[in-house]
Amino acid sequence: MSLLAEKTQRPGLAPHTDSVATFVPDQSRAERTRSYAVADFPMPTGREEDWRFTPVDRIRPLLKDEATGLCLDWDESLPAGVRLGTMSVADWQAAGAPAPADRAAAIAAAHSGGVGVIDIPNDAELTEPVRIRLSGGDGQLVHGHLMIRAGRFSKATVVLTHDGLADYSEVLTITASDGAHLTVVSLQEWDDRSIHLGQHDVVVGRDAQVKHIAVTLGGAIVRLNTNATYAGPGGSFEAYGVYFADAGQHLEHRLFVDHAVPHCTSNVEYKGALQGDSARTVWVGDVLIRAAAEGTDTYELNRNLLLTDGARADSIPNLEIETGEIAGAGHASATGRFDDQQLFYLMARGIPEAEARRLVVRGFFAAVVSRIGVPEVIGHLMSAIDAELEASVAVAS
Amino acid sequence: MSTLEIRDLHVAITADDVQKEILRGVTLTINSGETHAIMGPNGSGKSTLAYSIAGHPKYTVTSGTINLDGEDVLAMSVDERARAGLFLAMQYPVEVPGVTVSNFLRTAKTAIDGEAPKLRTWVKDVKEAMGNLRMDPVFAERGVNEGFSGGEKKRHEILQLELLKPRFAVLDETDSGLDVDALRIVSEGVNRAQEASDMGVLLITHYTRILRYIKPDFVHVFVDGVIAEEGGPELADRLEDEGYDRFLTAAV
Ligand SMILES: Nc1ncnc2c1ncn2[C@@H]1O[C@H](COP(=O)(O)OP(=O)(O)O)[C@@H](O)[C@H]1O
Ligand SMILES: [Mg+2]
Repeated sequence: MSLLAEKTQRPGLAPHTDSVATFVPDQSRAERTRSYAVADFPMPTGREEDWRFTPVDRIRPLLKDEATGLCLDWDESLPAGVRLGTMSVADWQAAGAPAPADRAAAIAAAHSGGVGVIDIPNDAELTEPVRIRLSGGDGQLVHGHLMIRAGRFSKATVVLTHDGLADYSEVLTITASDGAHLTVVSLQEWDDRSIHLGQHDVVVGRDAQVKHIAVTLGGAIVRLNTNATYAGPGGSFEAYGVYFADAGQHLEHRLFVDHAVPHCTSNVEYKGALQGDSARTVWVGDVLIRAAAEGTDTYELNRNLLLTDGARADSIPNLEIETGEIAGAGHASATGRFDDQQLFYLMARGIPEAEARRLVVRGFFAAVVSRIGVPEVIGHLMSAIDAELEASVAVAS
Repeated sequence: MSTLEIRDLHVAITADDVQKEILRGVTLTINSGETHAIMGPNGSGKSTLAYSIAGHPKYTVTSGTINLDGEDVLAMSVDERARAGLFLAMQYPVEVPGVTVSNFLRTAKTAIDGEAPKLRTWVKDVKEAMGNLRMDPVFAERGVNEGFSGGEKKRHEILQLELLKPRFAVLDETDSGLDVDALRIVSEGVNRAQEASDMGVLLITHYTRILRYIKPDFVHVFVDGVIAEEGGPELADRLEDEGYDRFLTAAV
């Protein structure tokens, strides 16, 4: 097996400063445990490869093998034809859903009490997104379990919004049947004391196109694991992420794209801004191209913008390639400070400082935001970014 | 008529915790409509003067004054100086990725004028100014200076000059790195802007060739942070023939 972790750049993507050395794990990404059984996942210590960045001590309640029977408030809007139903956990397993990959996910799946299933019928072409809002109230501990199934040749967008105060651990299974075009947006707009651990599994069908978008703005600790696999050739997986961490927030996004099927593509692009003391973000992008996955084309990129001192961004791309017959594979990662020269340039044209900062930060996010492609999410996101910046200006002055 | 008045300006920069004096007493008065060329060898402090006028935070004014029609420029923030009518065309314009040129220009124009420009005339003005500078319209939708060639960056600076209509423009080596065609196009832009608004120009250059297109009324020779000699356009001709050697030996 060839273990290859190289840094490549596409033209026009020159990093400002290059921060991280590519991390080369001592075992293949494929060797990590996946199981429906909680017992297969010992209590993490924080030294494990997949937990080493996470403040494990602060998420203990979500690692306890115990049902709470509590749930979040639901508010849904379903376009005509879309069905919302339930499924037992046993049926979910029998359907071949990807198994949990860490203790939190195994516990969430075991204790959710059932799977909420959103079904988009074959050939449906939705003109409006499916919208589901999940809200915490008094900080209840909740295990959540959802499944989104996009039927053959359907076209749909699903927007999941998370807000309020809760400790929430969830498993979300997303399957796109042959030829489906599915966009799933997960918005994390939690109260700044909430904790959210999530495992999102995407199964891309033959010739299907799935876009997974994570926008994380709120929460004390948010840790999202997004995994993609392919059920047939011709599949496309795109993962876009935007995060903005303030003082005291820990926002962690981990991706694992497992190419085991020929002629599929993946493109991952995450961008994050950090401001304030102890603002902390982690991005881990694992891509595995197995021997069978000839003709794979993959690219992943992560960029972080440090707006103030005291913030820390970790960025770890990792590419394992087991076949020489690929169409393309690359990754780029960079973490840079806010560039005072840019600020000076804009101010020298009469633009006041607060507005100049806003322009620079909006500009930083512009490319990834334009790829989201869901107008209501884009508009909402841009005003959320403005609000984050206004909060920082207010704190600074 | 406006006057930009620089009196006995001393400027230092701090590098590696050591303060180093770069400008050692510069005095210069520019009136509306006048063109002053500042010429001098590399490292003589020309850019330091330009940045000090614009208010770059890296440069510390240790003594002296800059006044614009009696207003204390040194008391103004960078954006206030621009809104007061000062413009710096930079030697190395900065890339601002993801901010489109059209958004940037409109935001700057709105800030300078205190109100948003009328959409219809603004779009027409931008298009015309870009056309005059032989800039492809696609530049309007690209990120500010993002991936621009050296010449494109300089044209973009002059585009801003023409649209923002400052009272005084400092052009820091706008000519460097331009081929003859681009030099002529950029110079014509400066001349148009000056005719349109009776702008005063401080033209910083290392070479004399731009002076074929932009005629200076006064020439100041900068050496080691002071004006070593000043005169009319004939001084530029002499520099063309003799270079800066005479000043450099004198400065030792
Ligand atoms: N950022 C800086 N750090 C250290 N030295 C600087 C810096 N900027 C300018 N200098 C020094 O100041 C002097 C004048 O520089 P500058 O104003 O750029 O000259 P010019 O534009 O005439 O070439 C030079 O000796 C240069 O090395
Ligand atoms: Mg210079």
